[in-house]
Amino acid sequence: MTPSTNTPERSSRDVASRDTAGGFSRRAFLHGSGAVAAAATLQTSATAFAQAAGGGTSIVSGETTIELSVNGKTHSVKAEPRTTLLEVLRYQLDLTGAKPVCNDGSSGAATILVDGKPMQANTLFAIAMVGKQIETVESLAKDKVPAAFTACDAQQCGFCTPGFVVAVKAFLDKKPKATETEIREGLNGNICRCGTYVNIVQAAVKLVKGDA
Amino acid sequence: MAVEYSWPSKEKATQIGKRHTRLDGLEKSTGAAKYTYDINLKNQLIARALGCPHAHCKIKSIDTTAAQAVKGVVHIEPLRKVDDEIEWQGEMILVVAAESEAAAAEGCEKVKIEYEMLPSFTSEEDIAAAKAAKRTIKGGGKAVTVKEPGDDDDEDEFVTKEIERLLKEAAYTVDGYYGIDAITHSCLEPHGSTVEWQGNKLMVHLSTQNVSGTDEGFAKDLNITSDDVEVHCDFIGGGFGSKFAPDYWGIAAARISKATGRPVKFMLTRAQEQQLGGNRPSGYMKVKLGANKDGIITVWDSEHWGSAGAIPGGVSHTVVPYVFTPPNYRRLQTNLKTNTAQSRAWRAPNHPQASAMTQTAIDDLAAKMQANSLDVFLKNLGTDEKPLISGAKPSVYKAEIELAAKLMDWNAKWHPHGKGDKKGSIVEGLGMALHTWGGGANSSNCLLKIYPDGGVETTCGTQDLGVGTRTVLAVVLAETFGLTPDKIKVNIGSSRMPVSGPSGGSTTVGGICESHRRAGQDAFASIAELVGKKLGVDPTKLEAVGGRVQVIGDASKGVSWKEACTLIGMRPLEVNGSYKSGVDSPLSSKQVGGVQMAHVAIDRDTGIIKMRKFVAVQDIGLVVCRQQAESQVYGAVIMGIAAALFEQRITDPKTGSFVNAELSNYKLARLGDIGEVVVEFYEPESERSRGVIGIGEPPAISPIAAISNAVCNALGVRVPVVPLTPQRVLAALKAKA
Repeated sequence: MTPSTNTPERSSRDVASRDTAGGFSRRAFLHGSGAVAAAATLQTSATAFAQAAGGGTSIVSGETTIELSVNGKTHSVKAEPRTTLLEVLRYQLDLTGAKPVCNDGSSGAATILVDGKPMQANTLFAIAMVGKQIETVESLAKDKVPAAFTACDAQQCGFCTPGFVVAVKAFLDKKPKATETEIREGLNGNICRCGTYVNIVQAAVKLVKGDA
Repeated sequence: MAVEYSWPSKEKATQIGKRHTRLDGLEKSTGAAKYTYDINLKNQLIARALGCPHAHCKIKSIDTTAAQAVKGVVHIEPLRKVDDEIEWQGEMILVVAAESEAAAAEGCEKVKIEYEMLPSFTSEEDIAAAKAAKRTIKGGGKAVTVKEPGDDDDEDEFVTKEIERLLKEAAYTVDGYYGIDAITHSCLEPHGSTVEWQGNKLMVHLSTQNVSGTDEGFAKDLNITSDDVEVHCDFIGGGFGSKFAPDYWGIAAARISKATGRPVKFMLTRAQEQQLGGNRPSGYMKVKLGANKDGIITVWDSEHWGSAGAIPGGVSHTVVPYVFTPPNYRRLQTNLKTNTAQSRAWRAPNHPQASAMTQTAIDDLAAKMQANSLDVFLKNLGTDEKPLISGAKPSVYKAEIELAAKLMDWNAKWHPHGKGDKKGSIVEGLGMALHTWGGGANSSNCLLKIYPDGGVETTCGTQDLGVGTRTVLAVVLAETFGLTPDKIKVNIGSSRMPVSGPSGGSTTVGGICESHRRAGQDAFASIAELVGKKLGVDPTKLEAVGGRVQVIGDASKGVSWKEACTLIGMRPLEVNGSYKSGVDSPLSSKQVGGVQMAHVAIDRDTGIIKMRKFVAVQDIGLVVCRQQAESQVYGAVIMGIAAALFEQRITDPKTGSFVNAELSNYKLARLGDIGEVVVEFYEPESERSRGVIGIGEPPAISPIAAISNAVCNALGVRVPVVPLTPQRVLAALKAKA
């Protein structure tokens, strides 16, 4: 979530200082941390939190207690403005299905559903998730998608698999009759380093056909 | 009576070679599987390292005052000190342990370090610049000529003249340049550990492909003995050859845990994983080869170079030219010392690069002859009696080429290089390559328990790198006892368990099948003894099948498995299974051959390459779990597609900075990039009867050369260095025009 080295081209400060939109103190929001990956979603996150906080603009700093709805249950969690949803899920709720693989969502390993839409938990601030329905792979334990993945052996090391399962679920919810071509074009947001793609296509096709 | 170890015939096998559901598939698919990164211990600290931003420098000062003041920072562990020279970017300087990831990261950012910059060198392809910068070191080499030098001849001079003569005599010659850039392992779960001291004993949850072999490394560095260390790993998120050791960051985690009295989780960041977690040496080659009028290579003369990092190494000359062994050859290896992190073993070390640099030259010979590449490959195999290759037998390759050609529809699709139909700016082409690999069984031990109520449980200090280890073990024991795999309890993943080899060299499945089939057959012999006595029949005439122990072929004379187990007595039957690597065995073997073919399409205007179809035919010996074995080959091929088209570690020639050390910039293959992939095992009885042979690595070797050859066949021009990026395709086209 935060760059580890002080390489100039990756400095979080650069990102924060480049970002000069008015009306909201981004620096305060970032609170000196390097949530560089989240910069892309900063606008929406900030707005969402502001709305959740009562419609006005507010500056939050330090640790606060917030309530998050995760897998149908409300959880009271602690978050700083810089705390990502992924950190809350993994460290406070012990929901470790979504994985920390990349900094910017490019791997898809932290895919979760926010109000039914697939998003990357490592690029979302926890405080911006107040009032939203969050679903993680753990909520899909009895779903057909993990069963189809298992039947088609669509995992090797398995580290990317939870993210892929959620991505396939979201994709097929939207396109229940997707063709194989559409499947191959529509699931490019996730990376599998072991190269299990053939099996994932098989699993998705099986789900479309209804024989999973 | 000694048990004769064997596998059941194809006809008799009920589990071996069938399709099985991965036993832990659902755990992996629902997020229930806990990887090292997922182990959260009570009161744990999160550690994060500060990496050096420069490729080559000296540390002038370190100031951690501001970092120590960051809220949540608990401990700062120095790894390097003032005046230390740093030789590659990302090298860890210190570690900050804090209450949260964010606090640890903020701590790292607040550390002030002054560096003295030193000149760096990372231009691996540029041999002239490397020589000028005194960055080259002589590697190995070998020269063989049919004609021997006379007693008075200077050997080097003789070889040079002889090679010149042979090249002159050759009907066809190729004068080529080929290369392959360094790539990184890019394990999705970065290297790291979660550690905890329990008194003087160290518990290490480690992301490792070497469960039984890393305790010693921790013990040695921490002044304890191996029995005080438990290394534990239920699941590992990718290794590919890069996760065999504790690594200095693992030791650092243990030190921090000791110093703070708290558990510590220390995982590499993504950038660090890319920078430090492992890379494969690059290789670049100049070669001249000569062939007779039939296209059989008579002489080979190559010099190659590349870098394995700051400690010099590279692609071994011993696999040049790859698989093919011409009667006359000279090969020279030069190693470069660059300011990049040390390379690590990478799925079939040396072979993919050697294949990419040399089987491309053989395809260029076909292009020169305007011959069908398949024919040229075939002709250079020789015969089983007089092979022109090393590794697998020519007859195996011939059969595989035939099979692959059929699956690819090679002959119908084939056109001479650069002579295919054009659809607008799109051209298509075919390419092939072949490979060999050992894959002999590793040493493995297991403890097998059969309970009086029929329960079967095995414990083995192995790991699941993605192979499906648990499923393989369950299938072997289920076959042996006439049960189904779900009835077998498998325990793996701890150094406290019977020692089993590391997962490297495609040795895991062979090793664990050896120990388990042996233990299983021994256990069954004991049970058969008891059942034989009860039924009054010869125990050697009993078999375990369909949940029963019965007289062979006679279901009426027998007892259920459960009933048979009651005869064991009050306590479970315990059997140790053991196999030592290298021992001849009817259960396993080594050395496989594989043939792969690629069909690509290229847009000549943009330089973008698309995979149409890929065929992989693989010799594997005995297939244990068919579906998981197929997954291995699919994965290996897809990894090869990525290496052929996308993957490269890009360093800035001026600063030495690894500029694409993030997954957003380091391009890996995605689902839409792979085209159709067809996997076929070559498994006639002659191969099946050899027993189990590992196949994690071999299918990862050929894709690069096969794809490069297909691109050359389409364009009529060689794109010399992989990955075959659009820029390189366009540059090659421009150079030809």
